[in-house]
Amino acid sequence: MLPITIIGGYLGAGKTTVVNHLLRNADGVRLAILVNEFGSLPIDADLIEAQDEDIISIAGGCVCCSYGNDLTLALMDLAKLDPAPDHVVLEASGVALPGAIAASVSLLQGYTLDGIIVLTDVETVMEQASDVYIGDTIERQLIDADLVVLNKTDLISDDELQGVSKWMRDKAPRAETICSRHGAVAPAILLQSFLSQDRGDLMLPAHDADVLKSQAFTIEEAVDVEKLAEGLASRDLGLLRAKGFVDPIVGVRCAIQVVGRRWSVEDASPDAPLGLVTIGRQSTFDETAILSLISESAL
Amino acid sequence: MITIYSAKKIITMNPARPVVSHVAVRGGRIVGAGSLEELKRWGDHNLDDRFADKVLMPGLVEGHAHTMEGTLWRHVYCGFFDRMDPDGKMWGGAKTKDAVLDRLKQADAAMADVDAPLPGWQLDPIYFDNERVSRADLDKVSTTRPIGVLHASGHIMNVNSKALELAGLLKHGINHPGVPLGSDGFPTGELKGPDIMTPVGIHVGFDRDMLACDERGLRDFGKLCVRAGVTTVTDLAARLKDEAADMMIKVTAEPNYPARVVPLRFFQGLTPQELIDHAASLKKKSTDRLRLGMIKIVADGSIQGFSARMRFPGYFNGAPNGLWYVPPEQLLETYELALKRGLHVHTHTNGDEATQLAIEMMEKALIKHPTPDHRYTLQHCQLADAAQFRRMAKLGMCVNLFANHHFYWGDEHYNLTVGPERAERMNACRTALANGLPMAIHSDAPITPLGPMFTAWCAVNRITASGRVQGEYEKISVDDALYAITLGAAYTLKLDGEVGSIEAGKHADFAVLEDDPTEIGGDKLKDVRVWGTVQAGRIFEAAALSA
Ligand SMILES: [Zn+2]
Repeated sequence: MLPITIIGGYLGAGKTTVVNHLLRNADGVRLAILVNEFGSLPIDADLIEAQDEDIISIAGGCVCCSYGNDLTLALMDLAKLDPAPDHVVLEASGVALPGAIAASVSLLQGYTLDGIIVLTDVETVMEQASDVYIGDTIERQLIDADLVVLNKTDLISDDELQGVSKWMRDKAPRAETICSRHGAVAPAILLQSFLSQDRGDLMLPAHDADVLKSQAFTIEEAVDVEKLAEGLASRDLGLLRAKGFVDPIVGVRCAIQVVGRRWSVEDASPDAPLGLVTIGRQSTFDETAILSLISESAL
Repeated sequence: MITIYSAKKIITMNPARPVVSHVAVRGGRIVGAGSLEELKRWGDHNLDDRFADKVLMPGLVEGHAHTMEGTLWRHVYCGFFDRMDPDGKMWGGAKTKDAVLDRLKQADAAMADVDAPLPGWQLDPIYFDNERVSRADLDKVSTTRPIGVLHASGHIMNVNSKALELAGLLKHGINHPGVPLGSDGFPTGELKGPDIMTPVGIHVGFDRDMLACDERGLRDFGKLCVRAGVTTVTDLAARLKDEAADMMIKVTAEPNYPARVVPLRFFQGLTPQELIDHAASLKKKSTDRLRLGMIKIVADGSIQGFSARMRFPGYFNGAPNGLWYVPPEQLLETYELALKRGLHVHTHTNGDEATQLAIEMMEKALIKHPTPDHRYTLQHCQLADAAQFRRMAKLGMCVNLFANHHFYWGDEHYNLTVGPERAERMNACRTALANGLPMAIHSDAPITPLGPMFTAWCAVNRITASGRVQGEYEKISVDDALYAITLGAAYTLKLDGEVGSIEAGKHADFAVLEDDPTEIGGDKLKDVRVWGTVQAGRIFEAAALSA
């Protein structure tokens, strides 16, 4: 199954910067980026290796293609790429509803939804949400988000940021929020494919390290996988992301994916390394609670 | 050499000499319209009396259609109403669900390959009490071949089990608002919305690009034009990649191609700047019979699909507001760039909020780039109120109202989507004209059949499919309706100097009619029989079109 992440948000929220940042830090993960129009996604020129009418090849084996004609057909074509990408990132148009796109993606063979990320420009998002024309669109984008990126936080005061965060809890009830300055969000938070317990605790970029925390856990005993996954996605733990491989019974391995409140459990290869890696906020990260969840989930 | 045609009556749409007996043609252009005595003075001529018992009108102009109708006719016609195909065969309406299934069974029986897909089109269950056509129904036609029937609205498709299976959707656990499930937990086979229709549609025989028209489709579309008396027609949303544009240039240049086609470049998938650049480059490729360079933007969805953007008080059944297909900023930027480059933009707005947005963006763009005589046109614009029409007129805009829609879905709008009051003012032709707004009316073929005389009848009578008059006040006169399907539509395309009336200097484009639309009575306009057309002096008799 090909994991797909939908990145939504209105014009000017910084989707383009985030996508370029992901490509720049792809670190061996083969990304396929889908945009509905090339022009709105000026992939940084130094990343582009080659370009034909509908596909741009990007350094590191990534590709970018346009779904100007039809999104679902582009996704079906993308699933046939050889070699297959590791992860598909779909940049939704400014007025698209990412939740509706996710519903459509769920019908396509070969894809599994990794999460819905909605970007916002903290300076303008509240104003946009009260705009007579696009206000309800902004709200309908947020309500389905798993993760909201509060972008451009350097442009407002701490007090203002607090106000936006509080407002956002209301508007994006399912989502965890993270702050960002120039769309530089750690790829491991945005896409599960970057989160690997092979590497133990994840090294977060310096500017994230003082607010975010990543920790790995070993789980060798058999666990109730769904209970564990649901617990990891609970609002109480407040994790941004978690990923791991655990065994419900000996010899059967499952993959757990968590982003905000969304969780999923899928079959995994028996060779996948047992254990869990998590990302949360420095301020609220509760190692003890995670450990007791793990032991409560043991069978 | 000049040919002078006599006719029983020539309705010129030129108010200075509204009715004449003769028209003189040379090199595909009109030398003059008047009496034989007047026209003889041009000198050497042939007098051609073949139209002596016919009524001539200016060739009709359809300002909003899609050439894909030519392609759709290769699929099984499942519509409720009688409709004529490009070869002149009248397909009776399928009046019940069983009639639809019988028609599909006949098509199935005629196909040798039992696995080949079977596509149908123009289904509309609202006319048989909304009884849905389920997967099980279509499985009675075939379990081996994928079958899919597109609804008339273009927004829904019904498919059989084989089609679902090929698309990987014949399973439990589907959770999607556009894929209703049956009591068995499997999809019923109804697919709502393009996101779902497209991936299944390719298995049942629909093209990847549903807007696309191929060579044969374009030729077939030309035949439909002749049968409807149309000599100038738009293709209102085309992607016009190089091969497609070249194909259209080639086909329309064929010696017997009977219509002037005006394709508008669809905005989607391009940034405003790319769109403008592409339209400008297309414009240079224009030929007499293929007028390129115009642009089409879609601002919102459809009213019956509840995806149109509505102002207060919203949908009658409480459905949430619809969807934007373009962000306001992008609409504004496109208007600005297009005005600056002298390109002509038509914008689809259905809901009145979309109309309001287009008006406001237009005003901003015009203040930045004041442009005389831009004629930017709102297409459909079905729910506009008087204030919006007034403002559009002041801004120099035009409107092309969807008169046919009122007949086919008026009852639905009255009962379900917008309620009585707004349903009565939908496609408010009289208010638009009263406020000085240049106006056309349209079919949006293939959504409804190409046929400007029928469209005129709709605007004159405002009768819905159930037979009610809906919106007495918004009826217009026969004269106004005939103007709308000739000069009115030509004006929105900036072609009113070339076509739309029969007078010296214009193209020799005529609708050749058996009946006189000004005498037959407004309630019978739709029954005016079309003999064929004359396009740039070339004569096309509908009955003689080769299959
Ligand atoms: Zn249309």
